Amino acid sequence: MVPTPNNLVYERPEGFTDAPTHYCPGCTHGIAHRLVAEVLEEMGVLDKTIGVAPVGCAVFAYNYFDTDFVEAPHGRAPAMATGIKRVLPDRVVFTYQGDGDLASIGMGEIVHAAARGENITVIFINNANFGMTGGQMAPTTLPGMKTTSSPNGRDVETQGYPIRTSELLATLDGAGYVVRRSLHDPKNIRMAKKAIRLAFETQVRGLGFSMVELLSTCPTNWNLTPVESLKFVGDKMAAYFPLGDYKISSGVAQIKV
Amino acid sequence: MTRELWEGNQAIAEAAVRAGLEAYFGYPITPQTEILEYLSRRMPELGRAFVQAESELGAINMVYGAACAGVRVMSTSSSPGVSLMMEGISYIAGTEIPMVLVNVMRGGPGLGNIAPSQGDYNQAVHGGGHGDYPRIVLAPASVQEAVDLTMLSFDLAEKYRMVTMIIADGCIGQMMEPIQFPEMKPVVRKDWDWATNGKMGKRERRLLTSIYLDPYEEEKTNLRLLERWKQIQANEVRYKEYFMEDAEYVVIGFGTAGRVSLSAVRAARQEGIKVGLLRPVTVSPFPSGAIEDLAKRVSGMLVVEMNSGQMLEDVRLAVKGRVPVEFYGRMGGVVPFPDEVLGEIHRMASGKITADINPRDAWYERMVAMK
Ligand SMILES: Cc1ncc(C[n+]2csc(CCOP(=O)(O)OP(=O)(O)O)c2C)c(N)n1
Repeated sequence: MVPTPNNLVYERPEGFTDAPTHYCPGCTHGIAHRLVAEVLEEMGVLDKTIGVAPVGCAVFAYNYFDTDFVEAPHGRAPAMATGIKRVLPDRVVFTYQGDGDLASIGMGEIVHAAARGENITVIFINNANFGMTGGQMAPTTLPGMKTTSSPNGRDVETQGYPIRTSELLATLDGAGYVVRRSLHDPKNIRMAKKAIRLAFETQVRGLGFSMVELLSTCPTNWNLTPVESLKFVGDKMAAYFPLGDYKISSGVAQIKV
Repeated sequence: MTRELWEGNQAIAEAAVRAGLEAYFGYPITPQTEILEYLSRRMPELGRAFVQAESELGAINMVYGAACAGVRVMSTSSSPGVSLMMEGISYIAGTEIPMVLVNVMRGGPGLGNIAPSQGDYNQAVHGGGHGDYPRIVLAPASVQEAVDLTMLSFDLAEKYRMVTMIIADGCIGQMMEPIQFPEMKPVVRKDWDWATNGKMGKRERRLLTSIYLDPYEEEKTNLRLLERWKQIQANEVRYKEYFMEDAEYVVIGFGTAGRVSLSAVRAARQEGIKVGLLRPVTVSPFPSGAIEDLAKRVSGMLVVEMNSGQMLEDVRLAVKGRVPVEFYGRMGGVVPFPDEVLGEIHRMASGKITADINPRDAWYERMVAMK
């Protein structure tokens, strides 16, 4: 055993491997990963968890979590998770998806997984662009926001409007728990963790589809510093994508953790 | 066991159940929908998983997930739906996990029609999804054979951790024939050393993925797949021969085209023409060795397909120009009549054939002249 100092306040969660991060400085994917790992550890379900990684910056999510993992085609993580959960209903199955993955190419899969009330948990990273491919416009890109494929700023006349995914999925009866949180400051990060816990609790109680949308940064592609990026999330993104609870079914409302 | 009259699609569905199918994911499309409908009742009745997916994209990726979990899983579709599944099939092949897919082929390209076709031979055998990957493809010519091959397909898929496809057509899928089912096999959840089914306190974590960022690692994977493919080529080639003992000519056709050809071969035999039939049962691995051997003893071959000569190219590769190879095909969902094939046998046996012209071009000229 490595001796631990008695003033230890922060350590690697058990749910993490010791792989060094590949995410860019200031990217909040790492925070989201850590919150999920902490929650799985606290719930004591690491051993029976199977994660589904997306195509996107989080394609390597499987390097970090000390759980079984599979890696889905772009957008199809909810379908893969469905396949796993239907044959292993006592396992904890979660997908971790970006906004291109979930709200663009994979919109069909996420809507139907939610509509079926699939007992899976979805961690949805909304960073307003396609990170991995170099910062193109995503369905979540804000009006006027510059990306490499909306170089003059997203023109809603020709490029349409952002999709508020949580609001959309909340209309489906199969959804048990759908909320939006943000990772731009410690208070919001703590609230995000609580939500992630509740989402997994929804799953283990068999209360249907659960999703936590997390407003996230992408300093590299936004051409902002990490600090400016956090401010952009708190000011601009949270204005278009209001934080809040969009669906808490009566069953989920009774969960006490 | 007694013989019962079953429709091909339903028989395939029940055969899969008897093979120990634990999960089915599909989407309606004619002419295979009866498989989905049958299983929508049968699977839940047995406490097994059934989901009508939102699309074939959804279906194939549900299959991918369940296959990663290590259970016997299947999807079924018809041509346009199978096209939609190709990305997923490539991922499954790259992840080296077993799965069974049935394609009850219909006329195409595009939306085409719902009549029987063999137009997806190349997609199944040579192409389809992106990247380099081999796959096993079985082609039944009767409802009984569809049942037997469905049972077999799961064993092959698992043994070689390989995508295994059954290509039938609307004829096989929708006709009724007397068949005998094998015994119901129990569902056995094997303790695969690769399945991602949770650590459950027993082992280190596992990862199933088709990503190999390092090209050298990807190439190693490509080689590993080929190595397994070599074993499959050595051990799993299956074909049926009819009237071959003294045959001077041979007809080659798979599935329904092979079956129609058999009627024509029988009729030709009654006329005294020494013609036999070779019907590939595995179109991948292809019975190239058997055809190469035949090329050393017969005077001519006739390939019959319900497409524009897709398997023909594989036959020609095996024959290596040793004997003339002729071709007769109907496309677009048209099923040839035995008489048409008999006419081709007459032409072949009349001795006016040569290895010098491209059989596909010659056939095309005849088709155009006929229309
Ligand atoms: C079928 C398919 N289309 C396109 C791509 C290319 N691609 C890879 S990642 C990506 C976008 C990912 O963006 P997002 O889901 O927002 O995740 P992020 O990288 O921002 O975390 C795209 C388009 C692909 N891999 N597969």
